[in-house]
Amino acid sequence: MKPPPFDYHGPVTLGEALDVLAEAGPGGKVLAGGQSLIPLLNMRLAAPAHIVDVNRVPGLDGIEAGPEGVRVGALARHAAVERSPGAAAALPLLRQALRLVAHPVIRNRGTVVGSLVHADPAAEMPAVLALLGGSVRLASRDGEREVPAAEFFTGPMESALRPGELALSAFFPALPPRSGTAFYEVARRHGDYAVAGVAAAVTLDEDLRVAAARVACVSVGPVPVVVDVTSACGPGPAAAAGWEAVAGAVQDRVDPEGDIHATAEYRRHLTGVLAARALRDAALAARGEES
Amino acid sequence: MTTKLFGEPVRRREDDRLITGRGRYLDDLGEGALAAAFVRSPHAHARILDIDVSDAIDVEGLVAIYTWEDLPGALAEPLPLLIPHPALTHGRTAYPLAREIVRHVGEPVVMVVARDRYLAEDACALIRVDYEILKPVVGIEEAVRGVHLVHEDVPGNVGAHLVQEVAGPGGVTAREAIDAAPHTLEFRLDIERSACTPLEGKGVYARWDADDESLRVYSSTQTSTSVRMAIAAKLGLPLPKVEVIAPDVGGGFGVKIVHPWPEEVLVPWAARLLGREVKWTEDRREHFVSSSHERGQVQHVRAGFDDEGRVLGLDVEILHDHGAYTPYGIIVPIITSTQLLGPYKVGAYRVEFSSIYTNTVQVTPYRGAGRPQGVYCMERTMDRIAAHLGRDRTEVRAANFIQPDEFPYDQGLTFQDGRPLIYDSGDYPEALRLLKELIGWDSFPEERARAAAEGRRIGIGVGCYVEGTGVGPYEGGHVQVTSDGRVHVSTGLTSQGQGHETVFAQIAATELGVPIEKVSVVTGDTRRFGYAVGTFASRAAVMSGNAIALACRKVREKALRIAAEALEADPRDLEITDGMVHVAGVPSASIPLATVAVLSNPLRYAFDEEARRATQFAASGSDDRPPVAEGEEPGLEGRDYYSPIRSTFAAGMHAAIVETDPDTAEIRILRYAVVHDCGRLINPMIVEGQIHGGVAQGVGGALYEKMAYDEHGQLLNASFMDFLMPYATEVPHIETAHLETPSPLNPLGIKGAGEAGVIPVSAVIASAVEDAEGITITRMPISPSDLYALRQDR
Repeated sequence: MKPPPFDYHGPVTLGEALDVLAEAGPGGKVLAGGQSLIPLLNMRLAAPAHIVDVNRVPGLDGIEAGPEGVRVGALARHAAVERSPGAAAALPLLRQALRLVAHPVIRNRGTVVGSLVHADPAAEMPAVLALLGGSVRLASRDGEREVPAAEFFTGPMESALRPGELALSAFFPALPPRSGTAFYEVARRHGDYAVAGVAAAVTLDEDLRVAAARVACVSVGPVPVVVDVTSACGPGPAAAAGWEAVAGAVQDRVDPEGDIHATAEYRRHLTGVLAARALRDAALAARGEES
Repeated sequence: MTTKLFGEPVRRREDDRLITGRGRYLDDLGEGALAAAFVRSPHAHARILDIDVSDAIDVEGLVAIYTWEDLPGALAEPLPLLIPHPALTHGRTAYPLAREIVRHVGEPVVMVVARDRYLAEDACALIRVDYEILKPVVGIEEAVRGVHLVHEDVPGNVGAHLVQEVAGPGGVTAREAIDAAPHTLEFRLDIERSACTPLEGKGVYARWDADDESLRVYSSTQTSTSVRMAIAAKLGLPLPKVEVIAPDVGGGFGVKIVHPWPEEVLVPWAARLLGREVKWTEDRREHFVSSSHERGQVQHVRAGFDDEGRVLGLDVEILHDHGAYTPYGIIVPIITSTQLLGPYKVGAYRVEFSSIYTNTVQVTPYRGAGRPQGVYCMERTMDRIAAHLGRDRTEVRAANFIQPDEFPYDQGLTFQDGRPLIYDSGDYPEALRLLKELIGWDSFPEERARAAAEGRRIGIGVGCYVEGTGVGPYEGGHVQVTSDGRVHVSTGLTSQGQGHETVFAQIAATELGVPIEKVSVVTGDTRRFGYAVGTFASRAAVMSGNAIALACRKVREKALRIAAEALEADPRDLEITDGMVHVAGVPSASIPLATVAVLSNPLRYAFDEEARRATQFAASGSDDRPPVAEGEEPGLEGRDYYSPIRSTFAAGMHAAIVETDPDTAEIRILRYAVVHDCGRLINPMIVEGQIHGGVAQGVGGALYEKMAYDEHGQLLNASFMDFLMPYATEVPHIETAHLETPSPLNPLGIKGAGEAGVIPVSAVIASAVEDAEGITITRMPISPSDLYALRQDR
């Protein structure tokens, strides 16, 4: 388990990094936290000709939290975002999700943006970005572009990132007032990728009826599956909503596959169970109550 | 400083070194050695048509490429079949490098030696092997159909077939007893594969001394003495020219008792051929696909019993999947079939097994070594009987127990050592009483009702086992007291983390009356002790522990004799306390053991003040006797061996309370209780550690681990990402109670403890999940997805 040969680049400015990436083209791969890339290299499942280590590039580790949302830089570690008071205040869902990401040792090194670019449909952060309708800012020698989540995740382990591009940051927009979130998953072991998982965001109106309700499901499709269930919640008060029935609507929208850990049927069943739990608790949180 | 250390929870002396990064594991050695890597078969069953190395030879730093064609003499022959058995009529072993046919994914085909491991793997990636794909045989059912064969000359894929029968009262056979019984049950059970997965994989590092024509080999093995003999035989070297050392070994659990692994003969061979140091360190993927697995069996059970649940007849047919090769014989199914009976006396017993070839990784003992399957079978049977009769599960077990006054108890079977299966001692009713008290068995119905009122679903399970430990043929110990008063203990068997440096020192310190700080222990180094069997079968404490105690007693006797002369006392009046030999009750009449060691070795030359006392003009010897009397040896040292008449039988009982989520089908262990009896305890803390580790592995086998082979024989989960070894977060707190029924078979009264913890866990968890769910469990392990499917089928 040793990687195949590659050229290592350690740029110290953003411009240098983008130049190297531009020259490397399709053979270039960015190294940030390395929590997915290094195992892929060691198992010779990936063989990029050029590794571009951006860890020395200054200014990429920012976590900017404000009323609009949270912008997370390319080198911001999972643990830093998880522990950021500003990020937690602006978007409690970030911390709720990050606590489900692998183990502390991996979170100390792995980056949020790296997880988004890796685009594993079983991972939590792509689901969070998709649920919130966030975006990823991509930079290349030719300029920058902001890609919405709905366009960013294009397939299992595939994103809209082009050769020569570096994912500079990701933006997680804040939710309106009277919103609540929850993220539940079932993993085989603590910290494993989820067999199934559901992130939910519920926003109430002034009469505490559901104004908006969405879920994002992991491990049940090629990309995070976002389902808007606002209409299924009905016109009554959120406290009286029939969350199991709403979750049924979510189940119908996912198309899981079976693998050695779980059958497709079980994943679909779990998605329903977890959607009901997550929606119920998100609605409680939106009313300012703890579950 | 007390010298009564036997039985005390002495802290492990090796841990400071091991947990602060100062261990010397195989890959810590041989910096600068050439690295070996292997091209392994990507196919489960194929014929090698051509091996093309032309692209690889351009890799910078490449030193050598070897295939089977390059192997000389005995090295070109199949690896040894270590434990032959008359029933193993079609035993087959692999070649060190595949010859013509590969029979499982991961079988080594080409060996590459290069300047470092990176370059060796680069070269491996450039070697093209052309294969003709043959039909793979995967799964027990496919194998027993016998349509496709793993070995052309093994009809029906059956390597071995063995029947053992024990008639009941009046010579009634098991089948007759079942037919005549008031109640009968018949069912099938399945248990999946798992594997040892030690944190350190295998590894070999060899140094050839061309001037001395000698070889030193370090191997991450459970038997350095036998690896040494295998290397000498395979390489045609005189035994005294080969040294094998097991350095710190990061876990074994059985896989490293198998030997010689292909790499254990190929790496030393290449080192000699190249005149360079060569090292191979197994990586995790290699370990999954090219070492050993265990556990996979299908069992067909018929039981006949009376109204009390007493088993009148038991008939078990076992299909045992042993993978592609049988280097370790049929030890695993023999143990399953003979240890299945556990603490019970059944009226009549018939057991039949077929050991079957498949195109998968070979099966050799993994901690528990066939017992988890046997206990699973017997304990599932007990639960079935209890359910059938509507009786409490512990009552049915108690009705079948061998009673304390029935020992020694002969089960009428032949055990894995070829000797009669006779239990030496035990107290099963007391163990069950302790267990029920520990887990709160009798009050569980109320606990269940309380949980149900909260919408929670919980269940309780129980499992009992008896474990034959301390198998022969022998181990030895050597004990030397040097003139500085230090005690040097060596034994030939190896250590893989068991705590031998602590427990063997406890034994020596107690026997010799010296502080434990003065005692050092060396294991697994053929330079220090050349005769040994190895560390497996829960045998190290029983075998080497007793051998070391016997060697210490020889040393003590000699020390007292010499001291008696010096003190002009009767040796029978002498004691040794804190390293001082003294007249009992007269502390002033004493002589340090260090001085006794000086006096034990008559010297001509004085090299220090202590030595001066033993020189020829200083020592007070008798002129009419030679300085070393006839029958004596210089030095204060002793060597002895322990060779038991047969195994000693430890026992234990476990109980668990589990919770199953009514919605997600997740399974959580709320409580886990263990009552354990391994005779006299040398160190209760180390025994508990062994139990904890065993239960952790048992939890893995019960709820998480399997070998996910697809129909092509590809292992789909050959990494720690998909092979779900439990983390600390998945292993419950373990509550333990000890029972001590000493073994009458050995001087220390001890029984083995190494494997115990793992043995009943699958049976216990199956019992508890079944109790929580009201669904009969017949396949283990069980995942939430499996449980969900069972609920859907209900």
